[in-house]
Amino acid sequence: MHIMEGFLPATHAIAWTVASAPIVAYSAWRVKKVVEENPNTKLLLASSGAFAFVLSALKLPSVTGSCSHPTGTGLGAVLFGPWVMPVMGTIVLLFQALLLAHGGITTLGANVFSMGIVGPFVSYALYRMVRKSGGSLQLAVFLAAALGDMATYCTTSVQLALAFPDPVSGVLGSATKFLGIFALTQVPLAIAEGLLTVVVMNILTKFSAGELKSLKILNREAQA
Amino acid sequence: MSSILKSNKILLALVAALVIAPLALPITGEFGGSDDQAEGVIQQVAPGYEPWFSSIWEPPSGEIESLLFALQAALGAGVLCYYIGLRHGMSKRKD
Repeated sequence: MHIMEGFLPATHAIAWTVASAPIVAYSAWRVKKVVEENPNTKLLLASSGAFAFVLSALKLPSVTGSCSHPTGTGLGAVLFGPWVMPVMGTIVLLFQALLLAHGGITTLGANVFSMGIVGPFVSYALYRMVRKSGGSLQLAVFLAAALGDMATYCTTSVQLALAFPDPVSGVLGSATKFLGIFALTQVPLAIAEGLLTVVVMNILTKFSAGELKSLKILNREAQA
Repeated sequence: MSSILKSNKILLALVAALVIAPLALPITGEFGGSDDQAEGVIQQVAPGYEPWFSSIWEPPSGEIESLLFALQAALGAGVLCYYIGLRHGMSKRKD
């Protein structure tokens, strides 16, 4: 999902940066607040960021014969709400842009928008929906992580399509082409990300029940 | 409670199967990055497009690149596993 350095026209690069910057700034304030309000969850917050750090470093093969990577942003979004993730996503993407030449500074705004904002918000919305309709924690976490991952890659496809509409079939035709690459490749990886996120959540319910209760993840079970 | 860890084993086996399957199945492909494929589409849709900015720094070789990717994964896994180990130990002490 990394749009490479210089691969968005300047107007698009600036527009996505302007869209993402205030959200990241607000996110930084929310992270500070979460730490102040629940100091005992500080380490868990760091671990959620660490999870995104690991998963986005793993480039996995897909059935399409190409490779891509999960995002790892669903876990933190479910645990702490989506607002803490834009900062986490920015840290991961900056590391990769500056040290790995993956993504870039000019495309950072667009990449933060897809991985740090759209993905986590989709994850959180799905998590809440599944839980509200009585689905299990595991199912909610799986769908949140897997579909948040897909949402990130679909966003990247749309961003590229807006910047590079097909001369004949326009933005829609171009979006189909980019989705054909990103979304298809991502399907098995998104499933893997969903499963891995459930694995971590299972470990947390066993060993970190206290923190999950203060974050209201385990409230339901405690009352039942 | 150990049923949770048992189901984790099954889930991890499924993840392994998902990762191994594309390599084990007769799939034609070079397993290059999807980011690079997207670059191909850009060149096809907008042949005249020239990237107007290039990376400030690039890893000088594939080795250095894999060093930094491994470092990224190791840092993440290190923090995450430190936390899980810490909580594991604390829950044991309580018992």
